[in-house]
Amino acid sequence: MSTPIDYLLHLADNAVVLGQRNAEWCGHGPILEEDLALANVSLDLIGQARLLYQRAAELKGGDATEDKLAYFRDAHEFRNYTLLELPHHGPLVGYAAADRDYATTIVRNFLYSTLMVLVWDKLLQSKDASLAAIAAKSLKETSYHLHHSRDWLVRLGDGTEESHARAQAAVNHLMPYTEEFWTTSPAEGAAVAAGVGIDVWALRPEWDAMVNEALEEATLTRPNFHGYVTEGKVGLHSEHLSYLLGEMQGLARAHPNATW
Amino acid sequence: MSTAPALKDWPLWEVFVRSKQGLEHKHCGSLHAADAAQALHMARDVYTRRQEGVSIWVVPSASITASNPDDKGELFDPAADKIYRHPTFYEIPEEVGHM
Amino acid sequence: MYTQAMDIPDESGKKLAVVPGAASEQEAAFEARIAADGRIEPQDWMPEAYRKTLVRQISQHAHSEIVGMLPEGNWISRAPSLKRKAILIAKVQDEGGHGLYLYSAAETLGTGRDEMLAGLHSGKAKYSSIFNYPTLNWADVGVIGWLVDGAAIMNQIPLCRCSYGPYARAMIRVCKEESFHQRQGYEALLVMMKGTDEQRAMVQDAVNRYWWKCLAMFGPPDADSPHSAQGMRWGIKRISNDELRQKFIDATVPQAKVLGVTLPDPDLKWNEERGHYDYGQIDWAEFWNTVEGNGPCNKERLATRVKAHNDGQWVRDAALAYARKQKERQVKEAA
Repeated sequence: MSTPIDYLLHLADNAVVLGQRNAEWCGHGPILEEDLALANVSLDLIGQARLLYQRAAELKGGDATEDKLAYFRDAHEFRNYTLLELPHHGPLVGYAAADRDYATTIVRNFLYSTLMVLVWDKLLQSKDASLAAIAAKSLKETSYHLHHSRDWLVRLGDGTEESHARAQAAVNHLMPYTEEFWTTSPAEGAAVAAGVGIDVWALRPEWDAMVNEALEEATLTRPNFHGYVTEGKVGLHSEHLSYLLGEMQGLARAHPNATW
Repeated sequence: MSTAPALKDWPLWEVFVRSKQGLEHKHCGSLHAADAAQALHMARDVYTRRQEGVSIWVVPSASITASNPDDKGELFDPAADKIYRHPTFYEIPEEVGHM
Repeated sequence: MYTQAMDIPDESGKKLAVVPGAASEQEAAFEARIAADGRIEPQDWMPEAYRKTLVRQISQHAHSEIVGMLPEGNWISRAPSLKRKAILIAKVQDEGGHGLYLYSAAETLGTGRDEMLAGLHSGKAKYSSIFNYPTLNWADVGVIGWLVDGAAIMNQIPLCRCSYGPYARAMIRVCKEESFHQRQGYEALLVMMKGTDEQRAMVQDAVNRYWWKCLAMFGPPDADSPHSAQGMRWGIKRISNDELRQKFIDATVPQAKVLGVTLPDPDLKWNEERGHYDYGQIDWAEFWNTVEGNGPCNKERLATRVKAHNDGQWVRDAALAYARKQKERQVKEAA
């Protein structure tokens, strides 16, 4: 059984975009030990992206390769959650500059890895054996990312007055973006119909419980949702993604015939 | 250039890693962490990037805290596919000699 | 990665004078152990000058690893393939790890990491001057692996037999990982040299900019290296700057040939009589100017480290505050 290519791209784009973001801390972390930890998270995510792109390229056939998929598609072709492309700071437009905020990084990693431990766990049962194998590997890695980010979330929330305020601001900023998890894109619908993908909606109660429990332990409150639901996974992104891709893809695109 | 006080009071932890079942935990260095749980996670990221370990101890001064053997999968397997960390991953022409 | 010979004087060394005089019993035992090529461990007695020299050398080395993350980190976000991106992140991460092993080793001598970082951030402590040059194209990443890490390995392998146990053990760990760094760099360059004209031009450009800086990494000529003799006697420096530099050149010339790049030195030629390559004049004035803080990137590198540290203060404070609260809760529960 093979998986709709757009579904694989959704999973791959999530991983590559968040991997790219986490790597931005390399050399700039709050303490040397954390530089190493975030680099590990980033390496895992880029590793996941590579396997997923390779599988997508295999199904696509022709001259598709992992790097063609990662480097030669434009922003509107990317299928990642909008949450993952946001920079490491509060709400500011794409061409505004700001310092990296560790709370934003941690809260985002927490919200996403909480979802993904549930997703990968269910994908172990995928009828696509290659995807199930990727899920098995990714589940272990993502469990670690959840551990890491949840641990820090609690420390920041229940740490000092400043860290609490920063963590709460990050939760307020990012939580609305998680609404995108619960809509069904055409690719997700097709994957569920084929028995290779999963119905994310069904994971919501468990995700809610895990998030609420962690927020409570961190003495943080969950903002009420009202309004706009992002649509990154169908290609309608924030202003930030094209900046991220411009940087990531620039060198490869300047030398389209080169191998590295 | 102003300088904030560094790592104030983040205690130092000694790290011991068991490289495989049947061998003893071996001292491999130290790191700074706020508490034992954090020290353990940091030790994993700092001292087992190349599958060097299956179990970790961190020791503040007198007491020892050991890692949970149940965490073996998520702690160490993720390094299994990072073969590019090993020098033999890179093919270098023979004429270059030892590198 | 790292580093020029770690005997660049800095402020911490100013008070450093070997006090001659009544050799105590302890001192005699120390000298005897050094003479027998034995190892000194943290709890052993050691002369103050030995301790201070080691703290200076190891912390300079650690700072070099940390600052060294920046020039290569400059290309992580733009790595031209996912494989190369992963390799580069792993490599830069390793440099951070090496810094950490080395800070650990220095801490066994009674100097805290905070104190060492304060030295770096205030500009008092030195780090390898090679990292004060910019990385201007993707091939710089490969050239740093091949040449800079290659030079570092030459320098570091002898340190695995250094007289101070924790430093020697840290260096064994570092050297094991460093071989990956050099090989990945060389292989990345090989692939580029087999690629397009633009790729080959990038490699040659990077080699042109880094070759002389790498030769300078081994430190000033032996004749001008005041700390070297004492370091050799104490077994914390094993081979002289000039000897290592020659060894590096002799090993690198054939590698450059296989790669197909030209090393930018018209005086570079085999000397049958010496059994070594002759090479041209290193620009020591430029080297010292950079060491003293006036290279192309000194201010940017240092300001970036200071910013990361200062911006991280609230995160470190939070972890500590949480750990204290947890402890108090446990005490209350127990009561």
